Amino acid sequence: MGKTKNKSGPLARRPDNSAFKQQRLPAWSPMLTANTVLPFFYLLAVICMLLGVWLLLLVQSTQEIKLDYTDLGNCNECFDLRRNVSNAAQTCSCRVEFSIDKSLKGDVFFYYGLKNFHQNLRRYMDSRDDGQTLGRIKNLKKNPSSYCAPFDKDNDGVPIAPCGAIANSMFNDSFTLNYHLSSSRSVPVPLLRTGLTWYTDKNVKFRNPRADNLTLAEVFEGTRPPLYWQKPVYSLDPHDPNNNGFINEDLIVWMREAAFPNFKKLYGILNRADPIFEKGLPKGNYTIDISYNFPVQHFQGRKGVVLTTLTWFGGQNHFLPIAYLVTSSLILLAAVVLTVAWWKFGKDGKNMKE
Amino acid sequence: MTVLTDIPEKWLPVVLPIKKKKKAGFGGGKSKKKRTEEERRVKANDREHNEKFQYANNCIVTSKYNILTFLPVNLFEQFQEVANTYFLFLLILQLIPQISSLSWFTTIVPLALVLSITAVKDATDDYFRHKSDNQVNNRQSQVLIRGSLQNEKWMNVKVGDIIKLENNQFVAADLLLLSSTEPHGLCYIETAELDGETNMKVRQSVSVTAELGDPNNLASFDGEVVCEPPNNKLDRFCGTLYWREKKYPLTNQNMLLRGCVLRNTEACYGLVIFAGPDTKLMQNSGRTKFKRTSIDRLMNTLVLWIFGFLVCMGVILAVGNAVWEREVGSLFQSYLPWDPPVDNFMFSAFLSFWSYIIILNTVVPISLYVSVEVIRLGHSYFINWDRQMFCSRCNTAAESRTTTLNEELGQVEYIFSDKTGTLTQNIMTFNKCSINGQTYGEVTDPLGKQPKRLDFTPFNPLANPDFCFYDEKLLESVKVGDLHTHEFFRLLSLCHTVMSEEKSEGELVYKAQSPDEGALVTAARNFGFVFRSRTPGTITTTEMGRTVTYSLLAILDFNNIRKRMSVIVRNPEGRICLYCKGADTVLLERLHPCNQELMSITSDHLNEYGADGLRTLALAYRELSEDEWEAWSESHRCADKATDCREDRLAAAYDKIEQDMKLLGATAIEDKLQEGVPETIALLSLANIKIWVLTGDKQETAVNIGYSCKMLTDDMTEVFIIGGHTVQSVRQELRSARERMMELSRGKTEGMEAWAEACFMGNGMKDGQEGDCTTGRGSKQLHCSSLPPSASGDMDSISGEFALIISGHSLAHALEADMEAEFVSTACACKAVICCRVTPLQKAQVVELIKKHKKAVTLAIGDGANDVSMIKSAHIGVGISGQEGIQAVLASDYSFAQFRFLQRLLLVHGRWSYLRMCRFLCYFFYKNFAFTMVHFWFGFFCGFSAQTVYDQFFITLYNIVYTSLPVLAMGVFDQDVPDHRSLEYPKLYEPGQLNLLFNKKEFFICITQGIYTSVVLFFVPYAVLSDATQSNGVPLADYQTFAVTTATALVIVVSVQIALDTGFWTVFNHMFVWGSVGSYFTIMFALHSQTLFRIFPNQFRFIGSAQNTLLQPVVWLTIALATAVCVVPVLAFRFLKLDLKPQLSDTVRHTQLVRQKRRKPGGRSIGGAWRGTGSVSEGRLGARGGSRRSGYAFSHQEGFGELITSGKNMRLSSLALANFASKHSSSWIETLRRKKTNHTPPSTSGECSPAPSNVSGTCPALSNSSSVLGGSQETPIEEETDAAVVLSSSSHPAASEPAEPRAPAQVAPVDSSTSAAARTDSPGGWARSLETVQEALFGRRGCASASNTQVPPCDATETPPH
Repeated sequence: MGKTKNKSGPLARRPDNSAFKQQRLPAWSPMLTANTVLPFFYLLAVICMLLGVWLLLLVQSTQEIKLDYTDLGNCNECFDLRRNVSNAAQTCSCRVEFSIDKSLKGDVFFYYGLKNFHQNLRRYMDSRDDGQTLGRIKNLKKNPSSYCAPFDKDNDGVPIAPCGAIANSMFNDSFTLNYHLSSSRSVPVPLLRTGLTWYTDKNVKFRNPRADNLTLAEVFEGTRPPLYWQKPVYSLDPHDPNNNGFINEDLIVWMREAAFPNFKKLYGILNRADPIFEKGLPKGNYTIDISYNFPVQHFQGRKGVVLTTLTWFGGQNHFLPIAYLVTSSLILLAAVVLTVAWWKFGKDGKNMKE
Repeated sequence: MTVLTDIPEKWLPVVLPIKKKKKAGFGGGKSKKKRTEEERRVKANDREHNEKFQYANNCIVTSKYNILTFLPVNLFEQFQEVANTYFLFLLILQLIPQISSLSWFTTIVPLALVLSITAVKDATDDYFRHKSDNQVNNRQSQVLIRGSLQNEKWMNVKVGDIIKLENNQFVAADLLLLSSTEPHGLCYIETAELDGETNMKVRQSVSVTAELGDPNNLASFDGEVVCEPPNNKLDRFCGTLYWREKKYPLTNQNMLLRGCVLRNTEACYGLVIFAGPDTKLMQNSGRTKFKRTSIDRLMNTLVLWIFGFLVCMGVILAVGNAVWEREVGSLFQSYLPWDPPVDNFMFSAFLSFWSYIIILNTVVPISLYVSVEVIRLGHSYFINWDRQMFCSRCNTAAESRTTTLNEELGQVEYIFSDKTGTLTQNIMTFNKCSINGQTYGEVTDPLGKQPKRLDFTPFNPLANPDFCFYDEKLLESVKVGDLHTHEFFRLLSLCHTVMSEEKSEGELVYKAQSPDEGALVTAARNFGFVFRSRTPGTITTTEMGRTVTYSLLAILDFNNIRKRMSVIVRNPEGRICLYCKGADTVLLERLHPCNQELMSITSDHLNEYGADGLRTLALAYRELSEDEWEAWSESHRCADKATDCREDRLAAAYDKIEQDMKLLGATAIEDKLQEGVPETIALLSLANIKIWVLTGDKQETAVNIGYSCKMLTDDMTEVFIIGGHTVQSVRQELRSARERMMELSRGKTEGMEAWAEACFMGNGMKDGQEGDCTTGRGSKQLHCSSLPPSASGDMDSISGEFALIISGHSLAHALEADMEAEFVSTACACKAVICCRVTPLQKAQVVELIKKHKKAVTLAIGDGANDVSMIKSAHIGVGISGQEGIQAVLASDYSFAQFRFLQRLLLVHGRWSYLRMCRFLCYFFYKNFAFTMVHFWFGFFCGFSAQTVYDQFFITLYNIVYTSLPVLAMGVFDQDVPDHRSLEYPKLYEPGQLNLLFNKKEFFICITQGIYTSVVLFFVPYAVLSDATQSNGVPLADYQTFAVTTATALVIVVSVQIALDTGFWTVFNHMFVWGSVGSYFTIMFALHSQTLFRIFPNQFRFIGSAQNTLLQPVVWLTIALATAVCVVPVLAFRFLKLDLKPQLSDTVRHTQLVRQKRRKPGGRSIGGAWRGTGSVSEGRLGARGGSRRSGYAFSHQEGFGELITSGKNMRLSSLALANFASKHSSSWIETLRRKKTNHTPPSTSGECSPAPSNVSGTCPALSNSSSVLGGSQETPIEEETDAAVVLSSSSHPAASEPAEPRAPAQVAPVDSSTSAAARTDSPGGWARSLETVQEALFGRRGCASASNTQVPPCDATETPPH
């Protein structure tokens, strides 16, 4: 007949008797029974409860100071100044005062925060050239990625480095934190301005173009800084020459886009080498000197700083423990309801005997 | 020259591909040209002349592509699929930079995958088509070219060529038979390929050409044929041959059609009339409709809804974007100016709409369709692989010929079954007999010891070795020379119309018109009364080794009214004897009164046989004196010569002589059911599947089979027979049947349960004691038959056991537009419906009717060409393979060798398929909503800018890698209960019929769950991460961390969900579930690696995200929280549902789990089911008979006797046989035609012998009378074939007199002496009906070209032109 197989005889076409073909594969067929589901629910409730309590205790131990300086104190003037774009070149600085009632123990982290700033817009997020920031000469000096448009080249057609809307809108306020030992004496609080980024960002994702005995400035010759920048990319950090160019940590931090319109980004970490700050930030009065450059009124935003101590999972993050506690209680409730239902009305196999 | 004996396979691929054939196929271009062809002119041996007409040549092209056209054509076809076009559209959208929210590859990768998988499949299909085309086209045939025979490939054969065919060769094209080696230009063909009929048919050439004979003469033949254009009517051909200034009409009798095989004929010559695509075979293999399952349709609706939903979301987000751009975005312009073409927020919103359409399109992922196909393919393979659906006898495994219908197998509500070859094997075996009051053949050893099969060879060298008989007593009786026994078998060897063929000494081949007769003659042969040969005037037998030649004086032929046939023979000693066999009902009343005692004993035996579902015949004989014979012979001759009312007169003459006969005994023939048919039917009806038998057979046979396969049982409340011949009468009958049902339903509301109880108890008591039916039967029947069904009286709620039997001519009326609804409502209230005498077209109409009115899934099962239409029109068509004829198989969606495999196909495979598909779809929609809706929520936080939440690679791979395999594994392997359980608990099949597992409600539950999951998956990470930091102070609120966290949570949640959904964890499920999660992490780490980033920095921006994110404990806490919040409610609901409202499958599963040995079937439904089974099997064992015996089912057509006596030779008479057959098959067309022209009832076939006067009397009175006559419900079935009778059950007062002696009473009905009022017109009605029949027959015979009437044996078939 049509298909000739080697086999012959009356059973030549009989299907193989394999477990697979006969759908008799050994299998585990679990079923939701009271014996498994109810203990699981109780166990889950207990686990969530314990986690919640533990996390809550951890969170309670952290301290946090938030300061919205958008138009606070004399920043008000700067705020008004920045309202007008034509004043972008003028410098403006202001000072904000605050006090710490209870010393912040341990590592203290200094964040700046923005509200209503949409780093997560699709076109905004696309508007970057990772080839350029990886140090590719072609992307740097000839053609930055077209995604950077309109921030890829300036009006003269000179490529912008770093290109794109993200880099262009980099947050450029700078802060100096001062601790007032007494009304007259103040010391600047030392902040570590490195170690703020992911290891991979600093060491893999962002690279300066290969220098070959050239200074960084020479490397970036033939490029323009982004429109809104006051300083070129190779001189972002006047204090640390190794923190310039694309590997400048402020740039890297900024380039890691926030997922939501309200976000905070790490600005510095308390350097606890100084004996005064060995144990963290002592209580007392502090001021922050702000070089107020970043205008926020265009987008009805706010900006602020956050000083906080951390647990291993972040600062004053109350959501997680509370969510766990709530979940735990709901599971417990469900477990009780299920138990009652099972006990009173359950037909768990019992209907077989009816 | 290859002799093509291995037929079917080779044709299979030829006819098969038409399935998918688009118009562009083989006949495409040509058919357009042909549309103008109004007649065909073919000149023999004149290629030049014929070429002018550009007729199609004999080359068949069923393939669609060649190497060059494959890509464009295939792509073009594929993009005709809406889904593919849609994704192409998306792809184009993505190429617009202002809109593109995703990379182009997120769409193109899945699309390319889908397209290439389909392309590969198409290419393979087409390759096989090419191969089969080549194979067919390159067959050799001998063509007469310029006076000499040359070998030519089939494809080079042209219209007008004369080709030579040899024995067992396939006919290469549609030929006009010119001459053959056989006398009279006859030749024999087998048309199994065309119409599935395996009996041989005769074709005869026009006599003038028959004389041509050898090639030399034929070469000079230059006749011209003018005929109809190509069409697909297999049984019709109309043309004229012009030759030598004369016209000769041509009919189908002169045609050899492509696909036939020449048999028993050395060689023949034919003129090619139609070639290649024009042949009737190819014209017939039209494109079948593409069948879709109800799930498909539902899925399409749902997909449309989802599209609507998608557009809604797009609109919402676009509006959001407009608002945002106006309120916020415009202020943000300094940081992010609008794209150049965008100048206002409205335009931005417009673009945003399309961007969101792109992002959110994953709610309907392209992989849905592919996955569904893959799952179905898997299920099809499981069907093909099932050893329990393998028939070792015919070496055929089940085959799923379509891969798109599997889940519908789990939803079947109506099964339409053919009878012959499907329910029965169409093998008749001589099973039992009763000779002179002694019954033989009863050797069933209850202990199951296989009785020894009798070996006839030492006793009788002429015995047929295939014959089986187990009772030695009978053989002994023959050997000792018992007179009655000898006479009994002598009768069997003489009284029949079988032809014998004896090729070599002792090698007898009987050609019987009906298998019943063959079985009887074969039995006689084995018991020493061998029928050897016959001439018109003699019958030669070998009786106990002695050759005896009887002179055959007369054959008193069978017809449907007489229900008997007789022969009158003169034995060598000169004694004249009349031998008669016939239905007991007619025969027993013609016996000599002195036979009374024997008659009652035999009657009892007949009852027993009938109870076993055997077809019985009574045998009798009568010796005639010379004078009697002379006298009768004279009157017979007189009647024979009469010109008017000949049939009537003949019948009267026959009637006269067939009197005062002596009873010899009775035979019982088993119409062998296929293995396991009653069990299967019982099981299927327990699964709430209604089974309708649609058969071309006559009513008695159908009813008999109905009983023996337990469709009809004696427990049935009532069996209605609809046999009206006019619209009014049919309507009336249907109405009264329905009223009766209502009445019975309404009748006894109280005490119903008591009755039921009694009934069940009765059954239970009787269970297992089969012998004891006589006493228990009466009471049981009384109880059960009066068991009232539900009380409401509404047609839907009628639950009584009713059965409906309707004949073809009534069906023709019932199917008319205004009767449809009535018929459906009546028929669907019945538990069993048998339609007999239906034409193939009607079969299809019935199926269509149910499809139209019931919205139920229908399945048609059959084996012959006459079932093709029904198989094609049902939702699912099943062909019985392994028998001869593959037409049904070719048209079917599933094929297997035995009817009983149907239970496995439906209850196991179908159920599983449905379950799996439903679970698959639920989960699939769930996971895609969970996946996609996250973007929607994110839209509110990202300024509606169509930013995706996930990495683009994740979006690309989510559906095709991360989540596809586990759900596929579930879709392919899942089982809720093991296969034997679903056969044990047929109730498990019900969810499929009620469409419970996947419907709109389930769909909404799924997507609600999906949306809930998406909410959790978005907001939990949002809330946690916006404040969280790494331990080194770096915030976790960056986009990439969020993306990775959400994606990971999503993958884990959907994996947990699939783990919950999977009920059957095979090694594959483990592999795929764990593998998918594993692959997610592996691939993610790979994509976020430095290497890739260094090569494509702009594509792999997520460098380092995986490690930076997943090393954070807080991320894992988030994922854990999200998972718990997503899964716990589901778990709780499932547990509650399982606990409070367990489904039957859950319960079965539970017992399985608890490993309770099933002591007794528990559970209400299960209990019911089991009790049901019990009662059914009880019904089988303890079936009471009597009423339905006398299945005088042999020979559907009369007139054979006349052929024999008219002196035609054997071959000629088989020509007549073929003639009958063809007439028979044409009758349905006839019916149709009549119906169209609004004629009153068709009376084409012998069975349709209406007596209008009788019919009109379809009123309760008649029903009364018949029940009085019958004494029990089924009795009148045989008698009242024609009259419409509403059978009344024993609940009827008349029937409640069980004292009425059963057997004689059953003999009585035909007796016109009954007192019933409605029967007063009986004799008249009878006579009239007889008249009608005979007229009809006569008329038809007159029309038929092949004369089987009185015309002398010469060239009867020819009607030369004047």
